[in-house]
Amino acid sequence: MLSRTADHLYWMSRYIERAESLARLVDAHYRMSLLPHSGDTLAQSLSSTMTALHMEEAYRQRHDTIEPRAVFDFVSLDREYSGSIISCLRAARENARAVRGSLTSELWETLNSTWLDARALIARSGSKPDIGQFVEWVKERSHLTRGVTIGTMLRDEAFHFTRIGTFLERADSTARILTAHQTDLKPGADAGAVPDPFEWSVLLRALSAFEVYRRVYRDVITPVKVAQLLILHDNMPRSLLRCCKEVYQNLKSVANEHSAETERRAGEMHAMLHFTRMENILATGLPEFLEEFLGRVRNLGDRIASDFLLPPAEA
Amino acid sequence: MANKPYNEMYLPDGATRPHYLSYGRWLNEQPADRLSQKRAEADALFHRVGITFAVYGQEEGAERLIPFDIVPRVLPLEEWLRLEAGLKQRVRALNSFLHDIYHDQQILKAGVVPAEQVLCNSQYRPEMQGVDVPGGIYAHIAGIDIVRDDAGEFRVLEDNLRVPSGVSYMLENRKMMMRLFPELFSAHRVAPVDHYPDVLLDNLRSVAPTGVADPTVVLMTAGAHNSAYFEHAFLAQQMGIELVEGQDLFVRDEAVFMRTTQGPQRVDVIYRRIDDDFLDPLVFRPDSMLGVPGLLTAYRAGRITIANAIGTGVADDKSIYPYVPEMIRFYLGQSPIIGNVHTWILRKKEDKDYVLAHLPELVVKEVHGAGGYGMLIGPASTKAEIESFRQQIIATPERYIAQPTLALSTCPTFAGDGLAPRHIDLRPFVLSGRDVTIVPGGLTRVALREGSLVVNSSQGGGTKDTWVLEA
Repeated sequence: MLSRTADHLYWMSRYIERAESLARLVDAHYRMSLLPHSGDTLAQSLSSTMTALHMEEAYRQRHDTIEPRAVFDFVSLDREYSGSIISCLRAARENARAVRGSLTSELWETLNSTWLDARALIARSGSKPDIGQFVEWVKERSHLTRGVTIGTMLRDEAFHFTRIGTFLERADSTARILTAHQTDLKPGADAGAVPDPFEWSVLLRALSAFEVYRRVYRDVITPVKVAQLLILHDNMPRSLLRCCKEVYQNLKSVANEHSAETERRAGEMHAMLHFTRMENILATGLPEFLEEFLGRVRNLGDRIASDFLLPPAEA
Repeated sequence: MANKPYNEMYLPDGATRPHYLSYGRWLNEQPADRLSQKRAEADALFHRVGITFAVYGQEEGAERLIPFDIVPRVLPLEEWLRLEAGLKQRVRALNSFLHDIYHDQQILKAGVVPAEQVLCNSQYRPEMQGVDVPGGIYAHIAGIDIVRDDAGEFRVLEDNLRVPSGVSYMLENRKMMMRLFPELFSAHRVAPVDHYPDVLLDNLRSVAPTGVADPTVVLMTAGAHNSAYFEHAFLAQQMGIELVEGQDLFVRDEAVFMRTTQGPQRVDVIYRRIDDDFLDPLVFRPDSMLGVPGLLTAYRAGRITIANAIGTGVADDKSIYPYVPEMIRFYLGQSPIIGNVHTWILRKKEDKDYVLAHLPELVVKEVHGAGGYGMLIGPASTKAEIESFRQQIIATPERYIAQPTLALSTCPTFAGDGLAPRHIDLRPFVLSGRDVTIVPGGLTRVALREGSLVVNSSQGGGTKDTWVLEA
């Protein structure tokens, strides 16, 4: 397939996944904001989340203080900010439009309707849309897009590049959310329950992991178990291990004559997560571990771009 | 306008024409709210599917719909067969003309077409002189605009031999009609059109460079911001070929390749939907980012087929149009089956004098204009507009032609609350390769504003499904 087509498919799915991740974060914090006495914890959590997502600078250009409602509007609806949910939906649709002939018509129509509806929603002057409803809707549209992708697309290169985009973005997102919420965990620190169970339950809910946590551990929420679930649990759809596994497998299906090293690195990441233990990660230090992981994700993205998506000019 | 326009559905006495009888009965039985509900349904579907054209300078996602009218334009079989024969004849002659002027130029030597009209035309490409193209075919895809005059005669208004567009609307309009009113298609034998992409692909493969057993065909677009992008993506998808932009292609050793995720892949035929000027920045516009450097070298070496060929614009120029009937006689030895619209050529003094004396009743067109821009419709213009055009004509008469204001035929069309006659034309798509083929019918365009004669989508025109009735 054309390199440019693969590039658009890859970014189309990255943007949809990014919109969903942001919607999940807004949703979790929004629910938190509805509870009494959440003030300081909420502001703290919003601030560290925006820092981890590199959104703080753009926010500070618009507002002086962290005001929950202002943050929600900024992250969800700010059309001037390229990192907002609404901008991601537009970018996903523009990428899809550039290669609509390579998508199934169901997938194109889904992405097109999502953007047309979102545009109509924010074009209604006067009242701003209800944030809770908006992020719920974004999640639904993302679920629908993913379902249509899996349910209608031929399992060819186009599908694999779409999946690579989805899981690389998701790995990046989970790692950043963890970065925002980490406490300085030490080996053997799992003895006690979390200092602020509230914040951790928000984190788990943002990743659809709250019920999963209960099912897997049948225990109180402890930071180490949360980290273990989100980093090393193979069956948890948003864990780093799961995402890396999917990236590696899809990458193998599209291998070309230049891509051996990229494939090796993806395999190495997957093997590292597969065989390491929580103690090793804590010995390294969770912040250091996550920072290195994010670096590797970035490197993998760059390598995929140069191997497949934007090959250098031919000699 | 001197005479009453020809109504496609009704006879002058108000009776329904025979080929519309059955449709007319059905129409009378439909409750008004069903029809308006179906119209709304059609709009919503076109939006969701994204059958739109981009409007330059507007924000992303602001593409517009081309209004679709639910009353079909119906052609009886015998009328279509005559049209079909006339179209094939005309396009054969045009291809012969293009081959001739880029080779021996017999028609110029015989004085049938003035040599300077061709050789000094900005659309004439000296780079093509002596270049042999597969099968001698230049205009592989031609869109010939047909109108019906007040006497009920079909006439050619314009030949489009560069990158004619609109065929996707022909196909989508049919799909929409079948979805909205399936019962009509069981009651009428409407000639199908949905095999057009197959015929087109077969046609493109038939003109691959000699010796290529299994040619790779691609469709080349200027990109998602081009106004006809929907059609490019649609046709590529329907044919199952890659939709490429200039940046996806490169030339090595006089052969054309596309950049794929599995490395370079050879390309044999380019169905291009961008103008000559943008194809190869080394030869044409050096500032073009859309083209492929070295493409013309590969083309002249016979390693790639470009459809339509480079340099076809000289044959659809409005200053060449008046000579097409002569071309048919010259190359085919036949008399034209479909005539032209009478045309005054303003570079001729006596024509210019006549036109300047009759401006308020004529249509004046710029020779290189397209899309309904750069024209004067005398009866619909103010005195000031006419005067301003008069000055332009006097300054550069060679830039203009003039035609009588045609009473284009009308067809009932939804306007406001009910049906009203609106002016229409017809663009059939003529494919030339091993053979000349035409999918029955074409795109019917309709001027939605009352009294308007301009059917172009950029000027408020809409479209209709076009039926050729087989029985």
